[in-house]
Amino acid sequence: MAASMRLLVRRAIRLSHRHVKVAAAGVSARSGCCWEPSSCRCYSDAAGDRSTHFGFETVPETEKAKRVYKVFENVAQKYDIMNDAMSLGIHRVWKDMLLHAMHPQAGVRLLDVAGGTGDIAFRFLEYIRSQQERQKRRAARSMKTPSWQDISNNYSTEDEDRPQESRAVVCDINKEMLKVGKQKAENMGIRAGLSWVVGDAEELPFDDDQFDIYTIAFGIRNVTHIDQALQEALRVLKPGGRFMCLEFSKVTNPVLARLYDAYSFQMIPVLGEVIAGDWKSYQYLVESIRKFPGQEEFKGMIEDAGFYCVRYYNLTGGVVALHSGFKL
Amino acid sequence: MWLHVAKPFHRFSQRQCVLLSKAVCPHRLHLSTTQFTDAFYDGLYPGHIHTTPIQKALLALGSGVAALQNPYRHDMVAVLGETTGHLALIKLRDRMRNDPEGYSVLTERPRIRLSTLDLSKMASLPDGSFGREYFRFLEDNHVTPDSRAEVKFVDNEELAYVMQRYREVHDLLHTLLGMPTNMLGEVAVKWFEAAQTGLPMCALGAVLGPFRLNASRLQLLFTSLGPWALQNGQRSRCILSIFYERRWEQSLEDLRQELNIEPPPVILSATKKKSN
Repeated sequence: MAASMRLLVRRAIRLSHRHVKVAAAGVSARSGCCWEPSSCRCYSDAAGDRSTHFGFETVPETEKAKRVYKVFENVAQKYDIMNDAMSLGIHRVWKDMLLHAMHPQAGVRLLDVAGGTGDIAFRFLEYIRSQQERQKRRAARSMKTPSWQDISNNYSTEDEDRPQESRAVVCDINKEMLKVGKQKAENMGIRAGLSWVVGDAEELPFDDDQFDIYTIAFGIRNVTHIDQALQEALRVLKPGGRFMCLEFSKVTNPVLARLYDAYSFQMIPVLGEVIAGDWKSYQYLVESIRKFPGQEEFKGMIEDAGFYCVRYYNLTGGVVALHSGFKL
Repeated sequence: MWLHVAKPFHRFSQRQCVLLSKAVCPHRLHLSTTQFTDAFYDGLYPGHIHTTPIQKALLALGSGVAALQNPYRHDMVAVLGETTGHLALIKLRDRMRNDPEGYSVLTERPRIRLSTLDLSKMASLPDGSFGREYFRFLEDNHVTPDSRAEVKFVDNEELAYVMQRYREVHDLLHTLLGMPTNMLGEVAVKWFEAAQTGLPMCALGAVLGPFRLNASRLQLLFTSLGPWALQNGQRSRCILSIFYERRWEQSLEDLRQELNIEPPPVILSATKKKSN
């Protein structure tokens, strides 16, 4: 409670400070908009540029992308360690659940946007590989004593597997995050079926109807124009393709919500300072989670973009929500 | 029952309101321009981050563990110093206020960084002068005055400056004491600082530093360097109160006498490889 009081007061002081600065510059102040707790777009008379939220700060839209880039540039090296420390390893469970809900078959093409260090793409390839192995083992078990005819048939089908190879494309706007991901791929020895592309979620560098599955895990809240990102997702998906989004959301249980807030605002920036040496980036992270719309509102946004059968699943009591929709 | 809980919250947030309203009128005149990467800062001074007592406790614990695990993480040592040094900083600030030169340091707020130092002028000073010896120290040990972290977690603007001054004076102290930046020299300086300032971070460094020394150096520390450092730390004038920027031409011996510091009992040379 003290935390939220202080944040409100901080916003008030920022507002009054802006009044002082802006009044000195002789431009009419953008008053009132800063008080809105939900994400607001307010218009200033003089400049005509729109503003959006960066955590609890209000910044011009053009600046948000730059500042988000800087945040992830700074945290890229320690990103995975911090994820483990902050979520106590639970983020791995969330990502595994995304894969299980996805249940990809061999031969599908995945686009992982804001995929950065490649967690989803690696899991995707691993899932398909283990599924294929399980199928092979089952087939082998059912054919304990194959005839020569069967063996020669198997050799020919192995060649046909090549065009069925699944491919994952990891797309991220931040080169540092992609670098870390590429390094991880090299360390794990994964070479085939993976590509790394620099791209903006609001303007993807891909043609229409390219991918079977589009995922964005813990990335969409950093996008300046979420509706544009959703429209791009619709565009690059094939008809019948699936949109899946993992994102921090509103906790339903009030007791858990209190604990979650206290943990977020007290512990996470401290962890950021101690492990990554960067308090402000992790302060931004917990604030941006609060600014992101809740489950129902986001479901509405996905439907507005043109997806059908939009559903969401709450994970860990609503800390994370998995949204899914289809392009039909 | 809730009233009892609510009242301190109310007072706490009121106090924060007062602190934050002070932030609206920035103390820009005192700080150097290089700190102004963003003209708008949230807090009492550029780089200030508000922290609750819980966060400070967690930071102290975390930074202590991190610094012990990896002593090269100077930012963790800095954070440990900031989160545990409140009382010691108050004492230091009061000592500075009671000293006329220290008072002028507190009001004028000089900063020691490459942009404010004139290194070529210092190099041309005569041997034995404070400026020349400081320049020699910087060269021999391959250090630069710009490697100090900014203060982030001290919730008082004046105390934050005292902390910053302490960090920047550290190298000058090496020169005054004649200690190089190897492990033994650093431990000796830490013992002096612990005796002088009483900062818990210095005390921790003073206690744990010797564990990384070999037997011969430990002997040197405990027999001659250590007692010398402790005694001089206690009896010397407050080292933060000196306006070093005006004393580059002064002879080093003269300055030592003025500060009541004996010359070191053992001459240590800067080792070729950096072993901090």
